[in-house]
Amino acid sequence: MTAVAKSKTIGRGPGQPIYLDYQATTPCDPRVVEKMLPYLTEKFGNPHSRTHRYGWEAEEAVEVAREQVAAIIGADPKEIIFTSGATESNNLALKGVAHFYKDKRDHVVTVVTEHKCVLDTCRHLEQEGFRVTYLPVGANGLIDLAELEAAVTDKTAIVSVMGVNNEIGVIQPLAEIGAICRKKGAFFHSDCAQAVGKIPLDVNAMNIDLMSISGHKIYGPKGIGALYVRRRPRVRLVPLINGGGQERGMRSGTLAPFLCAGIGEACAIAKAEMGAESERLRMLRDRLLNGLNARLKEIYVNGDLDQRIPGNINISFAFVEGEGLMMGVKDLAVSSGSACTSASLEPSYVLRALGLDAEMAHTSLRFGIGRFTTEEDIDYAIVHVAEAVEHLRAMSPLWEMHLDGVDIKSIQWAEH
Amino acid sequence: MAYSDKVVDHYENPRNVGALDKESSNVGTGLVGAPACGDVMKLQIKVSAEGIIEDAKFKTFGCGSAIASSSLVTEWVKGKTLDEAAAIKNTEIAHELALPPVKIHCSVLAEDAIKAAIADYRRKAGLPEDEAEKAAG
Repeated sequence: MTAVAKSKTIGRGPGQPIYLDYQATTPCDPRVVEKMLPYLTEKFGNPHSRTHRYGWEAEEAVEVAREQVAAIIGADPKEIIFTSGATESNNLALKGVAHFYKDKRDHVVTVVTEHKCVLDTCRHLEQEGFRVTYLPVGANGLIDLAELEAAVTDKTAIVSVMGVNNEIGVIQPLAEIGAICRKKGAFFHSDCAQAVGKIPLDVNAMNIDLMSISGHKIYGPKGIGALYVRRRPRVRLVPLINGGGQERGMRSGTLAPFLCAGIGEACAIAKAEMGAESERLRMLRDRLLNGLNARLKEIYVNGDLDQRIPGNINISFAFVEGEGLMMGVKDLAVSSGSACTSASLEPSYVLRALGLDAEMAHTSLRFGIGRFTTEEDIDYAIVHVAEAVEHLRAMSPLWEMHLDGVDIKSIQWAEH
Repeated sequence: MAYSDKVVDHYENPRNVGALDKESSNVGTGLVGAPACGDVMKLQIKVSAEGIIEDAKFKTFGCGSAIASSSLVTEWVKGKTLDEAAAIKNTEIAHELALPPVKIHCSVLAEDAIKAAIADYRRKAGLPEDEAEKAAG
């Protein structure tokens, strides 16, 4: 309960906005930091040093962490490779498998709503000559299993489908996908950066062959992640980084024991507290959604509300532009699907993939609720978001047209 | 991204939000931008018999810079002749609000909104089209 007692100060300094962006990153749990600190000072050894106590105690920390990471996904510790983060894990899984099996299989299947690091890796593989199928998603953000089954062939080396989407929090049917991949003889990789610690995961029950894990999404440190690589049946990879052959030869380089200890402890805490935490987050999320619905008309949840982690809600506030809205709620740290600041001015590709009109994608905010969010935070957020939306709608020409019964789609807009 | 103090001021205290009667013969209405692009500005001007803009109102769907750009131009056009108002350049708006490069399009849209409102007024009043307005398309 120490975390709850300290919750008023964690992730939020004095005068700082309320943090509601837990899908972007999370603060380290103080219990995690406590486990990490000794490995920066007195237990600073190289975990690969075999000749003295410094090395041994650092190695022990790494191996304990490996067990903790393995335990949260039902894996064997030997199947866990430490990496610099989920981006590296995703690169290693996709490029590693594609390159190893390229003589027999030259096809990759993924989904249009994957994280940029999966999509960009797939583009890279396409340039090398691999074929990639990008599966669409339905309006709820979930893939169609029949479409997946039709896409996977005896030439498919790997299928990559994320566990939980980072923008809309929807949970893909991992066990069903795993069963299809196993039947077809393709490896199943899942980017579970947003899923670990949020939903129960079991690599054996779900037939997952490779899984990417991130430290900083689960109240651990930034700069570390892990890749689960199945041993039976064995998945083989061409490494991205060559060197001393650490991590079963798949990822050379001296491990950082303090970071390993951090992600390990983060997994152990998440595993122990996931049930109670999920219930609390669901209560907060419902409170937020109900509070906003009670005050505002014309707001829409993006992505499936049931097949979704409790700590995420993504809402379109019709007729109010998302970036303008974020400016109005400057006491809240949230993010928007309106990438108005990006050079392209294109709204979120994830929201567009749901079939959302560009104008609705521009009006979205993502609220990420987490371990240190309080009821007071949520109540404050409801009032301030509602006030900002009302303020902006009062000056929105689109809201005016809506109230006058004008269909915005009937107007000939000059796209600029 | 940090906004300039002037953008924040116009966002928090927008000048001249509202609507004029668009059916009125001495009111010109400009509606520019597109919802799909994340910016829509509606700018209205009320023109006196002497050809002076005596009132201006706006409504904007967009980011803080878009709201500030349209709020600012409603202040600027008041008291100006149509030709003077049509001469307002987006660079002046961007400079006044210290807009970063990625937000320059907001000032361009505000300039287009003025020109569109003036063109609408001229059409209604049966006045000949102005050079500046032709250039704005």
